[in-house]
Amino acid sequence: MAGRELATGSRPTGAGIGSGRRWIWVGFVVLFVAHHDFWWWDDRTLVWGVLPIGLAYHAAFSVAAGLLWALASRYAWPTHIEEWADQPGRGGASAEAGAGGGEERS
Amino acid sequence: MTGETAASLLPVIVIAGYLGLLAVLGLVSSRFFKGTSADYFVVSRSVGPFLLLMSIFGTTMTGFAMVGSTGKAYTSGIGVYGLMASWSGLIHSAVFFVIGIRLWAIGKRHGYVTQCQFFRDRFESPALGYLLFPVLVLLVIPYLLVGVIAAGKFLHSTTAGIFPGAFPMPDLVLADGTTRPHPLSGGVPPWLGGLVVCGVVLFYVFFGGMRGAVWANTFQTIIFLASGVIAFSLIASRLGGLSEAGRMVAASEFGGARLAREGMVGHVQFLSYCLVPLSVGMFPHLFQHWLTAKSAKSFRLTVVAHPIFIMLLWVPCILIGLWATAQFGPGLNPNAVLGRMVGELVHSPILTGLVGAGVLAAIMSSLDSQFMCLGTMFTNDIVVRRFGKHRFNDREKILLARGFILFVVAVTYLLALYLKDSAHVFDLGVWCFSGFAALFPLVWAAVYWRRATRAGAIASLLTAVIVWGVLFYRDILAVKPPGTGDEELLIAGMMPVTFIFAAAAVVLVVVSWATRAPRRETIEQFFDLPAQGKAP
Repeated sequence: MAGRELATGSRPTGAGIGSGRRWIWVGFVVLFVAHHDFWWWDDRTLVWGVLPIGLAYHAAFSVAAGLLWALASRYAWPTHIEEWADQPGRGGASAEAGAGGGEERS
Repeated sequence: MTGETAASLLPVIVIAGYLGLLAVLGLVSSRFFKGTSADYFVVSRSVGPFLLLMSIFGTTMTGFAMVGSTGKAYTSGIGVYGLMASWSGLIHSAVFFVIGIRLWAIGKRHGYVTQCQFFRDRFESPALGYLLFPVLVLLVIPYLLVGVIAAGKFLHSTTAGIFPGAFPMPDLVLADGTTRPHPLSGGVPPWLGGLVVCGVVLFYVFFGGMRGAVWANTFQTIIFLASGVIAFSLIASRLGGLSEAGRMVAASEFGGARLAREGMVGHVQFLSYCLVPLSVGMFPHLFQHWLTAKSAKSFRLTVVAHPIFIMLLWVPCILIGLWATAQFGPGLNPNAVLGRMVGELVHSPILTGLVGAGVLAAIMSSLDSQFMCLGTMFTNDIVVRRFGKHRFNDREKILLARGFILFVVAVTYLLALYLKDSAHVFDLGVWCFSGFAALFPLVWAAVYWRRATRAGAIASLLTAVIVWGVLFYRDILAVKPPGTGDEELLIAGMMPVTFIFAAAAVVLVVVSWATRAPRRETIEQFFDLPAQGKAP
């Protein structure tokens, strides 16, 4: 499904987003666990003579995080929220029309 | 003026020119002002993806990111990247994704401008709004302090020697009784640097409102990313290249130990830092930036690019901090590390000025949004709530916002003068983030947990404030016994945020379960978002 969506360039909807969202959270947990790189803890090696290996790993981790969120924006984006937000609300007691802030509610 | 004098003044001229440009930007953005307070406070909800990315990134990265990270890498080594930058890359974007977009939608649909308005309605409690306001102000003040102290310290060290007659400092007396000139003598003192930076930010925020802040943030983010690259290349080149700089650190006893985390950062401490970036879910200035978005799609670029931008900014800063260990050895004030590296290794006056402007850009791009949100909250959550929305016209509301901003900036400025030599920018920043992170359970429950109640929210808020206040006092304000070092406060090896967060979350859940559920109408108002993929 995901491959077909990618090939046709269409945005996933409905069940596709739900499934995509699950995989994004799996990826999130994997990255969360991978953050604790105890295996480099006392390693002072300089990668290419420049970057300490612990720093190089975490720089790569940041890139991986960017990739994860790129996938999220493609396969798990909450498009339904946009439509909901555009509908007129019931007007929160504190909401504003133009300025913001309302009067004290009894 | 001799040619030599003019050349030595070049860094100051470049920085002054940059500050002047920001002031002009504020004036230009004021031309687009539509005359309504909604336009002043949330840019009429019209900001697109690029400006949203740049303004949110610029707001999130402050003096903490450049001055603080460099200083912390100097004292504690490379672990600082994992503690803050890589955690933030993962968790900030997650918060934007699960909280930011939802709050944007709720804010747009119901017309909110501040957090207090949302929480007041969601928890059916005007009292919660009044309680939340001082708490948010209290927590923003350390954040402002980070900016003002970092700006003052950085300007002091980068301008050292330029004004020997105007700002002399007494010679240093060494252990053997001999004296040597103070390395910071002749620099713009922190009281003046902080004052100028606050003045410029106030100017463009007052004239341009949130639009001015968004524009300035975008400009400043470009400047500080570019100047970071310039500073990094120049310093590396001056040290003999990247490999030579790395070799010197490895060969130095003080620096070599900082190439790894063993003995510098504990395992549990490293893990417990994951809670700190949750603070972005409750930053009032970020809430306001989220509300400026034109649509949910505007968030896409921010969510994806934020971790990459963090890496681009932090990796060079961490390396500069590491190189400083070999350059200066131990004993340097962490707040002054970046300034000293730039001041002593970047020998082109124009480039020194450009790098200086970049660091100030990072600092000011947060200060402006924080100033704006304070004014917005005061006007909407206190003044308009107490006196009614028809008591003041839009012009008067904006004046009230400006008056409150001036008051808070004055308090912050005086506190910065008092704490500038004792508080470390990084540690102060972490305390500020820890306080906001402790409020994360509140925003999560407000958005996702229908059963969360008014009493639970108030109890959670008070718990977070009390636990945070006690621990903050113990770590930052209390006079420490002689011999106590500058190490971070850890409890059972964990960051204090773990306990503040846990206490606030437990109290929220327990009290909510023990008290009456919110009214059905309230639940319908905030939880009627359609299920994933269904039409609303």
